[in-house]
Amino acid sequence: MSLAARTTFKRRLDDLGVTVSEGSAGDCAELIDAAAGEPAVGVALDDADLPEQVATDPSTADLREAHTGVTAASLGVADYGSVAVEADAAGTEPISLFVDRHVVVLHERDLVPDMPQAFDWLGPRARDDAVDVVFATGPSATADMGGLVHGAHGPKSVHVVLLRDDDADEEEVTAGE
Amino acid sequence: MSSDAGKADRIRELMATEGDAVAENTRGFNEGRYESTGRLDDYESLKDEARAIKEDAIERLPDLIDQVRETVEANGGTVYVADDAADANRYVTELTAERRDADRLVKSKSMTSEEIEVNEALDEAGVDVVETDLGEWVLQLADEAPSHIVAPAIHKSREAIAELFAERFDPEDPPETAEELTMFARERLGELVEDADVGMTGANFIAADSGTMLLVTSEGNARKTVTATDTHVAVAGVEKLVPTVEDFSPFVELIGRSGTGQDVTSYISTLTPPVDSPVPDFEADADALADGSAEDRDFHLVLIDNGRMSMRDDEELKETLYCIRCSACSNACGNFQSVGGHAFGGETYSGGIATGWEAGIEGLDTAAEFNDLCTGCSRCVPACPVGIDIPWINTVVRDRVNRGEVKSRQTDWLFEELVPDEEPAGLDLGTRFVGNYETVAKLGSLTAPLSNKLADVGPLRALTERVTGIDRRRDLPAFASETLADWFEGRGGAAVPVEEAERTAVLYPDTATNYVDVERGKAAVRALEALGVHLRIPEVSGSGRPPLSQGMIASATAKAEDVYAGLVTHVDAGRDVVVIEPSDLAMFRSEYERLLPESSFERLADASYDVMEYLFGLIENGGDPAALRAPAAGTGPVASGDRVAYHPHCQARTIGVGEHATAVMERLGYDVRVSETECCGMAGSFGYKTDYYELSMDVGEPIEAQFGDTDRTVVASGTSCGEQLDALLGSAPMHPVELVAPRE
Repeated sequence: MSLAARTTFKRRLDDLGVTVSEGSAGDCAELIDAAAGEPAVGVALDDADLPEQVATDPSTADLREAHTGVTAASLGVADYGSVAVEADAAGTEPISLFVDRHVVVLHERDLVPDMPQAFDWLGPRARDDAVDVVFATGPSATADMGGLVHGAHGPKSVHVVLLRDDDADEEEVTAGE
Repeated sequence: MSSDAGKADRIRELMATEGDAVAENTRGFNEGRYESTGRLDDYESLKDEARAIKEDAIERLPDLIDQVRETVEANGGTVYVADDAADANRYVTELTAERRDADRLVKSKSMTSEEIEVNEALDEAGVDVVETDLGEWVLQLADEAPSHIVAPAIHKSREAIAELFAERFDPEDPPETAEELTMFARERLGELVEDADVGMTGANFIAADSGTMLLVTSEGNARKTVTATDTHVAVAGVEKLVPTVEDFSPFVELIGRSGTGQDVTSYISTLTPPVDSPVPDFEADADALADGSAEDRDFHLVLIDNGRMSMRDDEELKETLYCIRCSACSNACGNFQSVGGHAFGGETYSGGIATGWEAGIEGLDTAAEFNDLCTGCSRCVPACPVGIDIPWINTVVRDRVNRGEVKSRQTDWLFEELVPDEEPAGLDLGTRFVGNYETVAKLGSLTAPLSNKLADVGPLRALTERVTGIDRRRDLPAFASETLADWFEGRGGAAVPVEEAERTAVLYPDTATNYVDVERGKAAVRALEALGVHLRIPEVSGSGRPPLSQGMIASATAKAEDVYAGLVTHVDAGRDVVVIEPSDLAMFRSEYERLLPESSFERLADASYDVMEYLFGLIENGGDPAALRAPAAGTGPVASGDRVAYHPHCQARTIGVGEHATAVMERLGYDVRVSETECCGMAGSFGYKTDYYELSMDVGEPIEAQFGDTDRTVVASGTSCGEQLDALLGSAPMHPVELVAPRE
């Protein structure tokens, strides 16, 4: 992940009206807590914690009632401000979709600069593991009702929690701010 | 082509009822396309890449179908290849109504499902079908057809949608704003999705190597359709197959930009079904979401032939299969902007490429109903992300319609000499009149001014309109009594002797310049000679543009061969070919590729220049701009000093010579404002036809908005643009070369 890619990614998210917060894996729960509305449901993260208010392993009723869904993203595409959300048995896809706000957690190391690299990543995983991935760029949107509206069927707003990698060069991070 | 009052009335009605909404939306999309593709550094190479992938995929299509069957089955899904719509509908209906005993099927937007009319089939089988795309849902409620392949309800205003919801649902607090309407629909549809048994999607692309399908959406309804139901049916034409997942990449970058001007849509779903998500149980909703129910999911890929494999074997229609249904050709099209897909479309598809789809899927009769609306202006060509020559497909279909629909409804003997031998004998008279305009012009010029006087006599115009379909409100071109070639010969030929010349060139005597607008020809001679060009004006045939515009390919080919024969020795002698009429230059540089052997096409194309492009080149290479006329010297026709309004010809824009005139004029000190309208609407002969007069004027209306009250000197390079601008602005423009040429 290059500094340029992170800068581009954040600029694109800003263009899309997607808010971003950044920190280390240790800050993750706090950053999610600040971004999530209530009630919130989520899928447990591999290497960071969710705040207490986010209910994991929700029922369908919990999902229906939820304001916010918290999930991981497998990949980010800097040029487009896209996050790749991968369907799984834990319900990442419905939890990112049947809610008003999607809070999505992305590791900086999973950021690629452009679409060709994103599809180079997807290709082998689709062939070998039959993955289902949605590249989500900003909130759900429609212009079918006579004007641009966010939240047609999916989330009305999106927040990205961007986690710095443990071995990230602190100096570089500072320079990028 | 002869007048069809029913069609003309229908077009008039659609312009009045839907035209404004369609125009606003499509013009917005078109501007968005320019902005969004302009942000790409490698736009052209992405298009080339996308084109190459499609060419390869269609070439290998039978193998890809076999491969995707294997990969989808390995994933646990089923593939069914349906021969036609009925076959597909039988499979889907049996699966849904009988095997699943489904009460409701929810759908995301799919043009292929519209093509096979699966909704009707399911409805007959007792399945409640709900369109979940907001635009499609509106149309389902209103019982209307899509007017645009990507944004199906653009013909409906916000007010009309509010009225529809109020009428259908009688809500306590009727939604009015776009936000309220969207939330109302979100809620209603959310409930309907929860109770659905089967989810149906289309597919924008399918990778044969993995069985992965790609869906381009923005609302999230396709995601919900797939996730909320345990049975997923994807309906897709066989042409959606590409070899690998990696091949998706250029299309993802191009499809949204080309269509609605979005860099990428909100959701690019890449599904390798059956998908891995649990199926939410909205009834027993206290149970855990993650209940292992992903294991129960079922997936069916229904690949549809319905004429596509025959299109693949048809050298001319095959290119249609490269289409990714982005809608760029609709949005870039002047006529489409004015009438929308309800006029400019067939059973399912709309816009320029629809001619290819409808001809291949439904047949020539369906394509013939709207094929006239492609004027050949060619503005869709650079817009198409896979480089389909859409005007050519329209021309080919027009040719086939001409040959297939032979109706002897006119007394042919009178006009027999107007019918080239190559064309079918029963061709209607309007088509012939335009198609053989060169003969008309020759006769008119020989008999001018008598022919002009007769042409303007009211009763004769009425007769002309009735017989040829040429609208009496149009001024017919007045033929000159001395042709450009005769004038040039009369003055003793070239004024710059060959031994003193900077360059030697032939000025192509195009039909319009030679017989009608001789003055611009003389101006071109003065300008070129002022910059030291030794000129010749040989006797050469017309380019074949008029017959080509009528789908008379054999006649156009004969003309192309004559032109080549008339010019090739000049080219071989090192003489450049300078062309005044942009539609003729576009023939040499573009359409002749289809009409001449490749090396002949290349030889002529490489040697040919637009007159303003040529002047630009002469100045760039050391020619003295002072030899041309700067604004300070402007008396006579250039009354308004240095301020110029310039409308480049549509085809000149496409072949990349629209801007040279601007550069030359600016170099000389003119202040130039360039028309933002890509085609004036006349498009050669189109706007002369009585069925299309109003439409043609409507297409040109933005020019009036931009230049209507200008005090600038209006210049335009195309002959028919000149007539249109005269009609729109009230005064006839001159060719840019007449502005910059030194005075006589």
